Amino acid sequence: MLIPHPLLGPRDAQEFVCLGDARLIERPDPAAADAEAAFCDYVFLRDNPAGVHRELWFHEHGDRSWLVVTRDTVTHAVLGAELARDVALARVGRAP
Amino acid sequence: MTRLAGGLIDRTQTVTFTFDGTRYQGHPGDTLASALLAAGVRLMGRSFKYHRPRGVFAAGSEEPNALVELGSGARREPNSRATTVELHEGLEAHSQNRWPALSFDALAVNDLLAPFFTAGFYYKTFMWPKAFWERLYEPLIRRAAGLGRLSMQADPDAYDKGFLHCDLLVVGAGPSGLAAALTAARAGARVILAEEDFRLGGRLLAETGTLDGAPAVDWVTALEAAFADLPNLRVMRRTTVFGVFDHGVYGAVERVADHRRDPGEGVRQTLWRITARRAVLAAGATERPIAFADNDRPGIMLAGAMRAYANRWAACPVDTIAVYTNNDDGHRTAVDLLARGVQVAAVIDARAEATARGDYRVIAGGAVTGTRGRLGLSAIEVRSDRGAERIACGALGVSGGWNPNLHLASHHRGRPLWDETLQTFLPDAHGPAGLVPAGAAAGAFSTAAALSSGAAAATRALGEIGIDAAPCALPEAEAAPWRIAPVFHVPGRKRAWVDFQNEVTVKDIALAHAENMRPVEHLKRYTTLGMGTDQGKTANVTGLAVMAELTGRTIGETGTTVFRPPYTPVSLSVLGGGDTGPYFRPRRLPPTHRWAEAQGAVFVEVGQWMRAQYFPRPGETHWRQAVDREAAAVRSAVGLCDVTTLGKIDVQGADAAAFLDRLYCNTLSTLKVGRVRYGLMLREDGFAYDDGTAARFADDHYVVTTTTANAGLVYRNMEFARQCLWPELDVQIVSTTDAWAQIAVAGPKARTLLARIVDGFDLDNAAFPFMACSALTVCGGLRARLFRISFSGELAYEIAVPARYGQALMERLMARGADLGVTPYGTEALSVLRIEKGHAAGAELNGQTTAAMLGLGRMVSQKKDAIGAVMSRREGLAGDAGRLVGLRPVEDGGAVVGGAHLFAEGAARTLAGSEGWITSSCHSPHVGAAIGLGFLERGDARMGEVVVAANPLEGGSARLRVVPACFVDPEGGRLRD
Amino acid sequence: MRFSGFRIVAEALKGHTGWRPLWRDPEPQPAYDYVIVGGGGHGLATAYYLASRFGAARIAVLEKGWLGSGNVARNTTIIRSNYLLAGNEPFYEFSMKLWEGLEQDLNFNAMVSQRGIINLFHTDAQRDAFRRRGNAMMLAGAGARLLDADEVRRMAPFLNHDNARFPIRGGLMQPRAGTARHDGVAWGYARAAARLGVDLIQNCEVTGFRIDNGRLRGVETTRGSIAAGTVGVAVAGSSSRVMAQAGLRLPIESHVLQAFVTEGLKPTIPGVITFGAGHFYISQSDKGGLVFGGDIDGYNSYAQRGGLPVVEDVAEGGMALMPVIGRARLLRMWGGVVDMSMDGSPIIDRTPVDGLYLNGGWCYGGFKATPASGYAFAHLLATGEPHETARAYRLDRFARGYVIDERGAGAQPNLH
Repeated sequence: MLIPHPLLGPRDAQEFVCLGDARLIERPDPAAADAEAAFCDYVFLRDNPAGVHRELWFHEHGDRSWLVVTRDTVTHAVLGAELARDVALARVGRAP
Repeated sequence: MTRLAGGLIDRTQTVTFTFDGTRYQGHPGDTLASALLAAGVRLMGRSFKYHRPRGVFAAGSEEPNALVELGSGARREPNSRATTVELHEGLEAHSQNRWPALSFDALAVNDLLAPFFTAGFYYKTFMWPKAFWERLYEPLIRRAAGLGRLSMQADPDAYDKGFLHCDLLVVGAGPSGLAAALTAARAGARVILAEEDFRLGGRLLAETGTLDGAPAVDWVTALEAAFADLPNLRVMRRTTVFGVFDHGVYGAVERVADHRRDPGEGVRQTLWRITARRAVLAAGATERPIAFADNDRPGIMLAGAMRAYANRWAACPVDTIAVYTNNDDGHRTAVDLLARGVQVAAVIDARAEATARGDYRVIAGGAVTGTRGRLGLSAIEVRSDRGAERIACGALGVSGGWNPNLHLASHHRGRPLWDETLQTFLPDAHGPAGLVPAGAAAGAFSTAAALSSGAAAATRALGEIGIDAAPCALPEAEAAPWRIAPVFHVPGRKRAWVDFQNEVTVKDIALAHAENMRPVEHLKRYTTLGMGTDQGKTANVTGLAVMAELTGRTIGETGTTVFRPPYTPVSLSVLGGGDTGPYFRPRRLPPTHRWAEAQGAVFVEVGQWMRAQYFPRPGETHWRQAVDREAAAVRSAVGLCDVTTLGKIDVQGADAAAFLDRLYCNTLSTLKVGRVRYGLMLREDGFAYDDGTAARFADDHYVVTTTTANAGLVYRNMEFARQCLWPELDVQIVSTTDAWAQIAVAGPKARTLLARIVDGFDLDNAAFPFMACSALTVCGGLRARLFRISFSGELAYEIAVPARYGQALMERLMARGADLGVTPYGTEALSVLRIEKGHAAGAELNGQTTAAMLGLGRMVSQKKDAIGAVMSRREGLAGDAGRLVGLRPVEDGGAVVGGAHLFAEGAARTLAGSEGWITSSCHSPHVGAAIGLGFLERGDARMGEVVVAANPLEGGSARLRVVPACFVDPEGGRLRD
Repeated sequence: MRFSGFRIVAEALKGHTGWRPLWRDPEPQPAYDYVIVGGGGHGLATAYYLASRFGAARIAVLEKGWLGSGNVARNTTIIRSNYLLAGNEPFYEFSMKLWEGLEQDLNFNAMVSQRGIINLFHTDAQRDAFRRRGNAMMLAGAGARLLDADEVRRMAPFLNHDNARFPIRGGLMQPRAGTARHDGVAWGYARAAARLGVDLIQNCEVTGFRIDNGRLRGVETTRGSIAAGTVGVAVAGSSSRVMAQAGLRLPIESHVLQAFVTEGLKPTIPGVITFGAGHFYISQSDKGGLVFGGDIDGYNSYAQRGGLPVVEDVAEGGMALMPVIGRARLLRMWGGVVDMSMDGSPIIDRTPVDGLYLNGGWCYGGFKATPASGYAFAHLLATGEPHETARAYRLDRFARGYVIDERGAGAQPNLH
């Protein structure tokens, strides 16, 4: 399996560690009234789709970037990869 | 008749080999099977279940029958196909699965019992009496089953792994593969041509058809010469591409030295991971038989194999052969063998309209209904319009058509499609991305079609990646149309084998049908069809056809089972890559490793690290003596321990403090520069995760430590937090575990010793108190970091210097501390000291425990958020009443055993009633008794209570008193003074 | 038809003309009392125990492919009850007891073979953790032995005892553990259930649930609507996919787990052995193949096939542990999709939809659980109450903080 690293080009997936669903970027607000319920969803529940899945991969044996990889869980085709930091910054309204 | 004229063997050289101890001779270019056939040997094995005599059936890796144990001693290799074993001088082979001898096998009695041994019979019996299964039935079955024997010695040979990259991988070097490789290589693409045989050419080597009017082998030879001038083409002979993996990664095994008598110092086999932008599957096709009564006698083989042995290897074991076919191809065998002087008794063609292609008898519309011969074929029984007759022959070539080798095209679960005209399965369009089937593998069966198909496939594949490939001139070749009648088996009362190796007969398939095991997966699993070492390459389609006939469905509707790697079996040695024994995993060595070795240290594996466990001295006969001495030295004088393996992470940036506050459950932002604080991390699910220290060297600079075990994981999580959760923070982190050597200097004389190496640094308790840190220089200018932290409970420091100075620092400290009684200590003493002090380590921080259980509940700040803070408040975690306690035997000399479960005295010993367990235990030199740590329900409220530690696993239990989890200096005076 | 050696002899003498289908292929009825979704091992066992132990009738098993095509069709056939935690161990021990009487119960030889399992340890810390686990097993009546290095050497001389990177220091053995013929288990349950009147319906995929005001009314299938008041879903590997049709999100990820078998060999190793310093476990089938496996590939997948790196990793582990298998050849590898749950333990529970029940989250340990899982699920479906050994397998344990985390790995499925 090859991961198209946005900075380094195609890299063997063996260089990476997969964490799982990219929604783990979206950590809930700990101060919210329903924080415990929101964290339970965040920590434990997954869409787990058969098809397109956005997921987090860490380039552990590489440049130590966290990537958001879009991959099909049925065919394993990789549809794209971006720096997780950019995704996370966009979420808080900042430019990368 | 044995050796015929001609063939592609080197008759100028003779090779001597043995089979079952008998010496034979062959020539370079022979396989074991061809050389044995040329020597007139037809009997090469015994069948799996009935122990029937079996001979070679095929000429390639699809061979189901002729399996041998190759070699001897530690190199013995069971289940080797005689058809793919390249002959070499001194080759030694033995038949297998027979006793006492191949020609007389006592277990052949099973054949008489065959009526009882039908498909799946074992599911219906052996159930009474119950205890007999493990004691009697199963051992008997296990002894009878299996094929060859492992040597039970470690493989002595060397193996290697490598990566290759190319634009186009061509799998197979028959006509289509050669045309594809030529086309692509001429276009300048980076091409790999992989061929499982030791010679390029594929079926061209086995046929007599010409290319441009000349022998096909001439064209191949010319092409090989041309290939040598194409540096962008890598030709890999003896290389089997065994699987297609994701994103164009192909697994291949190159048999580098199997054809040599002795691999010598070199590598025997190499595992290649080939990343190919595109691939052409030109793996050819495999002939399939027609099933008829007693069709498994030695001498009966695939017609194409018989032709290959005659044409390529000049081998035919008998004078007279016959052919049974349902297609034109079978006639080629008759024509070719006749041309080489072999008698052809008859060609039995299932098609009524069949005619002869030469001077031989054709029985049109005929069928073979039976065979004769005990250890080899002597005659066949034939039925046709003109009645039944017996025809004497020593070998029978059978052709039921050809099955494309579409395995790789189906490795991503694509399902092949049935083609009624060709009477075969073809690859579907949804194979692995980038893989284009060509030639016979795609159903292009004539040589001309194969050549043009291969060239076209290469052009198409390269076009997809922007490489224009001009058509190459291809030679003129036979372009015979493919004509076949759908005949798969001859109905009859006797057994007709479909899967030779796994002994699946037409009757077995009928039984599966009768018992409603009709879906192909049930058919396969119930009868074991196609589950042998040949993976049913010659059997599966016939089996499906028989089932289709029984159910009244088409073969296409019946479908195939799932194709899975490997294409042919692959040795575990080459998959493992040769990194066995001590080389299984890298060894990480702390900076003082060599020094410790010189001290005679005993080492222990700690993850990938090798750490000094203890340093025995002359006269010490038991490890405990060394450990007790080392621990006592720390408590009374000063000890040194290399603690480099603890993870170290450098955290810098304007937001470093805010960042750490979110990672650790306690507050680190209030830490003053020059101070150290203990830090506890939770997982986001609220459980305790890892602990360590955080030292603040500047407002924007911390150095944090992790446990040895979690160093990598914590760093990964910190990067996750930095990049994914809080990317807006100004913070950078880097792991410096390997950059700094760190040595613990512990004991009441630690300050005295350190004072002798620091460069004028004030170590006075007021200037550098407990939990202070500083950058400094030592030993006359060497930059260092000093932390006044203590794992042992003594006055202690950890000093860090650049890793390359680690050993020098250790030696300097040892030299300067000799008069102080300085003593190196290892992980065992380290563990004793921390248990005495009640510090948690891996056994307590095991991922199942909470901060409160560790007695650290108050560290979880309620004033700020941090990873895990919210979830740590869930009912199940907050309500867990287990608490870390100390444990001491009530009786003098009593033991404390890690892993024992704790019970209230008098309580029933059930798992549900278990109130905790002992996590760590040791002999404490300080206490003078065994001590332990453990988790106990409401343990904090049970001080002084006597509990029972139950160890039913090893027998026995002990009464232990619950005490605080700190056995030394609970007030902490020693580490503060 | 009752199976026995006598029956085989009788049939052999009359040319095997009397064998009857192991099960019927009925048309689906418009309504059932109980519908089990998933004709794998757990679904078939559930149907069998519902009919045989709980007196239930009008039961259908709906299978989208062929019977036994769930993960019961692709696993490493190991049965054991060697768990640590009180939420798990009694359940798996209950399963082991059901295994021990299974063949007589089903009148089908599933080749349950108690040749023992040895979990090797390589450090003192591992030994203490195994001692804690072994004591839990003893306390639950499962039986266990702690072996030292010499005992392991005597019992398994073919392991690398002399120059290993991680020396073998001993092992935790469960003598009652072993293997069972996986397909035979599915067929045995299917045949026994069919004999009790259960409709086993193949090629029938559930495409939706009919739910009125939070109450389940039935299922939609590729073979029409089927009404049912009680529906139990046992489709591990696809739990998220199927339950999403009822609007539920689960604490589960689907991952690929690969397994491997070599060519047939004469007896090489007696029982099951697991490596404690690498991801590798191995046994030998009655047919002679060495059956082994390792870690999951580590990424979400429904592809039923894995990657080459894990193949190599497993082979490296195998060669490090027992270099004598080097010249055995890998014959076949396969990938199964497993429900990896957030704590590594399963779920057998009701769902927020009244009448809809879930059995899933088996990670890569579902095969050994087949009998108890079926029994406990049948108990839940028939009585509405969890079976006493499966009380911990609640869906709300994650939210409430009562996870059953044997490895202490937390909510990251690919670490379990």
